[in-house]
Order: sequence, then C-alpha cells, then structure tokens
Amino acid sequence: MRVALFITCVNDTLFPGTGKAVVSLLRRLGCEVDFPAAQTCCGQMHVNTGYREEGVRLARHFTEVFAGYDAVVAPSGSCAAMVREQYPKLVRPGSRGAAAVAAVAPKVYELSEFLVDVLKVEDVGAYFPHRVTYHPTCHSLRGLRLGDRPARLLRNVRGLDLVPLPGAEECCGFGGTFAVKNPAVSSAMGADKVRGVLDTGAEVLCAADNSCLMHIGGMLGRQRTGVRVMHLAEILASTEEVKAS
Amino acid sequence: MSATFIGMPGNFPKNSAQAVQNSQLRYNLRKATHTIRGKRASVVGELPDWQELRAAGKAIKDETLRHLDRYLLQLEEAVTAAGGHVHWARDAAEANRIVAGLVKATGEREVVKVKSMATQEIGLNEALAAEGITAYETDLAELIVQLGDDFPSHILVPAIHRNRAEIREIFLDRMEDAPPGLTDEPAALAEAARVHLRERFLRSRVAVSGANFMIAETGTLVVLESEGNGRMCLTLPETLISVVGIEKVLPTWRDLEVFLQLLPRSSTGERMNPYTSTWTGSAEGQDFHLVLLDNGRTDVLADEVGRQALRCIRCSACLNVCPVYERAGGHAYGSVYPGPIGAILTPQLRGMGSELDASLPYASSLCGACYEVCPVAIDIPEVLVDLRAKAPHGAAERAGMRVAGWVLNDQARLAAAQRAATRLRGLVPRRLPGPLSAWTDTRDLPDIPEESFRDWWEREG
Repeated sequence: MRVALFITCVNDTLFPGTGKAVVSLLRRLGCEVDFPAAQTCCGQMHVNTGYREEGVRLARHFTEVFAGYDAVVAPSGSCAAMVREQYPKLVRPGSRGAAAVAAVAPKVYELSEFLVDVLKVEDVGAYFPHRVTYHPTCHSLRGLRLGDRPARLLRNVRGLDLVPLPGAEECCGFGGTFAVKNPAVSSAMGADKVRGVLDTGAEVLCAADNSCLMHIGGMLGRQRTGVRVMHLAEILASTEEVKAS
Repeated sequence: MSATFIGMPGNFPKNSAQAVQNSQLRYNLRKATHTIRGKRASVVGELPDWQELRAAGKAIKDETLRHLDRYLLQLEEAVTAAGGHVHWARDAAEANRIVAGLVKATGEREVVKVKSMATQEIGLNEALAAEGITAYETDLAELIVQLGDDFPSHILVPAIHRNRAEIREIFLDRMEDAPPGLTDEPAALAEAARVHLRERFLRSRVAVSGANFMIAETGTLVVLESEGNGRMCLTLPETLISVVGIEKVLPTWRDLEVFLQLLPRSSTGERMNPYTSTWTGSAEGQDFHLVLLDNGRTDVLADEVGRQALRCIRCSACLNVCPVYERAGGHAYGSVYPGPIGAILTPQLRGMGSELDASLPYASSLCGACYEVCPVAIDIPEVLVDLRAKAPHGAAERAGMRVAGWVLNDQARLAAAQRAATRLRGLVPRRLPGPLSAWTDTRDLPDIPEESFRDWWEREG
C-alpha cells in the first residue's frame, strides 16, 4: 500500500525523530511511504488564532499537495482533526474548494487510526521495556474520537507497562497560541497535568501530538522531574534491534 | 448591592493570571466543579437516549430561532389574552426604564427577586437603586453575592468561588438578623438565610423574575429552581414583572418535555429539579408584566455561525467541565456570563470594543469539552474560532502571523527557515525575551534538531 506522509510543520521543524519513526514503522508493516515535498502546514495555527485568510491559503495548498493519494497519514491528532473537522467549515458549500476538501479530507488519518482501521494491526511488533502513561490529547479524543486505539497499540508492545493517567481526558493547557496568549492559565493546567503524570510513576509520557508534548514536556523538564515525553510513533517504531532513543 | 461588571477594566489574561495564584479560589472551584461534573456525568449516562434528546433540543431551538418573529407575536397574543401585559425592550436601558416605571406605579420601594440572568445582564438592581428602589435577591447564592458586594462567578452557582467559612463571615458581617452563634454548617447557614428571606417574602408586594422558558402557544412562563424561594416570589406578591430574553420562547407546551429533561440533568446533575413553576398571564389574580429583552440578541441571530449561542439554556454544564474556567474563575471573564458560553456570548452581545471583550474569544484552549456536554449542542469551539477571525489583532501579532503564513506557504521558504534555525540552534537562550517569555517562564524549549525531517528525507528517505 502506498501512503503519503503528512509530517506536519511542527514535527518537520522540531521533531524529525517522530517522522523517521513513522517511516520506519510503516515500512516495517509493508507500506510504501511517499513524502510529497511540496507539503508545508495545515493552517491550524492561523485559523485558530483568527487569521483565516492565511489559514485558508495553507489549507488550499494542502488539498493540492495531497490530492490523489489513497491515504494520508499524519503523526498528529490535532492536524488530522484540522483537516477532517475544520476544513469543511472553511469552504463555501458547492464551491471548488469544497469539492477539493471533500476529496482529500476523508483520506487523512491520524497514525493510530491508520494502523488499527486501515492496516488492521494492533500488534506492530514493537519492543519498549518501560513504564509508560498515555495522554489522550483533546483533538484525538474529542475531535477524531480515537478512543482506545492508541492504548490497544501500546498494550501490544512487548515489555511496555502501560499505567492509566489520572484526569487523562482533561486538556493539558497547550491549545496552540493559547499557551502564550494565556500563559498563566495554560501553565496552571499544565501543572495539574504534570501532577497526574508524576502520580503514575511512569518514566515516559506518550501522546499522539508533539505540540501538547512540547508543552507538558517543557514543564516536566523545567521541574527536573526526570520524566521524558515520546510520541506514540517512536514507541511503536522501537524494536529489540532498533531501540528508540 | 452587588457590583456590576459593565465597563470592567483589564483583560482575560491579566485577570486570570491573578486568579490562578489564589489558592482558596483554586481549591473551591476545583472541588465544586468536579463534584457537579461527576453528578452530571452520572445522570446523563443513565439515559440511553441522551444524544437523541440533545438533538431534539437543538432542533426545537433552531426551528424557534428561525421563526422567532412569529413565535414572539404568538406569545404576546397569548400572554395578553390571559390578562398579562407585554413590553418590548430594545436594550438594557429601555428594559430598566420599563421595570422601574412599573415598580414606581405600584407605589412600592422594594422588590424581591427570583434568580435571573437577564436582569443581571442589564444591571437591573443598580438601575432600580438609582431610582430609589431596593431589589432583594432571594436565591441563596445570589443573596451571598449581594450581601458581600461581590460579583457572581457562575451562572448556576453565582457564589461558587466562596466556601462555607467565607459565607458564614459574610452573613455575620452583612445580614442584620444573622444569629450571633452562627456556625458554618450548611444547614445552619441555610436556616439563617431562610429566616432572613421569609420576612422579605411576606412583606414584599412586587417581585421581579426571569424565566427559563416561555411557551408561545399558551403564553405560559416557566421557572426551574431548587430552593422554592423563586416560587415564594412568583406567587406571594401582587405584582410580578418578568424580564426574559427573546430567545427563551418555545413553540408548544409539548416542547418542554425535552427541556425539562435536558436542563436539570445538565445543570445541577439531578434527574428532576425540586421546583418547576409555571404561570400564564394574570390567571392567578396577579398583575403580570412580561418585558421581552433584545439587548443584542437580534444581532447575534443575524450571525450565521454565532447564532447557535442563542440556543443556550443557561445550564452551566460547559462551565463545570471547562479547564480554563476551573482555574481562572468566573470573575476573570468580566461578565455575568462566564466560562465557555460567556466567551462566545459576551463578545456577541456587547461587541469586542473593549480590551476585555476582545480577549474573551481567546480564553479557551479549544479542548472541546464544552461542546461535548452542551445539552443543545452549541459548537462553542467553532464560534470561538469564528469570533477570533473578527476580533481586533495587535499590529505586532498581525505582522508575525503574516510572515509565518508567507514562510509556511512555500516549501523552499520553509526549508530555508528551518536551516536558519538549525544554524542558530546553539544560540537560543533558555529564557526568551519579550512576549516569547510567556513560553519560557514555565516551560523549557525543545531542542532545535540538527536537521529538519524534510532535509533528512531528501538525504536518506
């Protein structure tokens, strides 16, 4: 199966390791991975901050770049939700843009959706001998409704001890530009999330979104908690032979 | 006399930055919101047809709003036929003028009040005070707020920011007939308020209320409450004046079936509220006046995305699940409508001319918890994002976002920016200057990688 990887601008720029992990995981599962080099950003930051014009321009670019693929896989629940949930609201019904969105949006999958629903695998052959807790990010949980797909994948990872996160469904406080526009509330929310993570005694906090992990991880790091954050893809890509860093 | 929010200075980030440092407030709000949240989840969870009820509630409200003119005229006709008097108020000033005039015409100088958001919204108590009329709040929580010269901080539980020790102090300081040995036991506090209010109920000849629903076909008004104090006000005084937002109308008596299930379960987390009062015109021999309030609602109705906010039945479920409200508290929103619904309602009703109102659409992480619990399926995140597009933006932010949009719209420009960042990676300080310190004050920055994913792909992919 030939799939296009939508890396997302945040992962491309700041977390290339997540992209490499997706490539290695999908190849291990028999997929041919294509990276359309013209891709840039889904436009979420602009649209959600009130810059619709710029956001729509980026959305149009996205639909052009990814037109014609059977499946587009994104290692971000938030960016996948942007395309699937918000793109249809940005276009005029009946317009050319609406047709372009209708053609592309349903083919965009968040990684765990693609693995469980399209490839129909829950055991990806991963090995990761660590105590891990999982934070279901808001757009994965309430936008895409990923449900227990990530947990099912993690439970099948050999050696992994998955511990439930108290208050898991509560937002971590990242919220895109919310983190800098309302830093006090964002940090207060992050502090409570950090408390939940520490209560689990986990070594690793895992999620399907690096932007939320950048916020929680930034707080875990600042407080010298010794807990590290990892994207789901990196844990799933890890094997006995090729260990995750 | 409770204070008014109108013209409050500041903005949400500043107000909430103070609130998050208040340990008492954080503790009170966490405890209260989590308790109501849990109760709501359990009584909603026991209904297998909750999603159908929710869809029905949304559909009834949408249909009503689509033909609002027709239903309001029908309501007016029915109320008038039942001996009531209907007044139309374009804005707060007009509504206040009408109510003050009606009270004065009775010759009375005081009124008892049923808990009402509409009268809070228009600042009725203050307007009446200016005319020499004293308004007494009779809802226990509103009484606490009024006695403490305080602001309400929650739609359903206006004194949610107070704990029982604080309430005891307010009663002892401000309630002239509070028993000297008053403890902070909830039963003792409630009894003190009961004795205090009983005297008011028996004395007052004029009452002012709002309404949860108005039935167009019969002209019936409906109030749901827990304490029974509302019913005292609605039934004892000789004159009853109800100030109700025009969006509160429902077409038929039968439509109530849906809302009498949706509201208590979403609001107090009860299967049924203790008191449901209904009255039709002057049928019970009272002199009844209905003041239909616009105050910005028709402007909201004209907005294709924003109009869904008019479906709101003021249940507060969105406040109780909101992680931002839980930490910022209600006062930070500078409006009688705090929380997620306030963040979309206030800027629409008042406009975004003030710094505070312009900051409200940003008072959300867009986590979507509010939309999920809303009994009439108001897509609050969608309205927030729409309002952000209409909000005024600062020049520096606008310039930055424009540059970011330009860089992100082209792969070569993005790659060049990434390589520039890589070259500078050793120079990034741990604490960033200026507005970017908002990130690094509490969080470490991620390391900038040696190369971007796209450069790696080109080399090795």
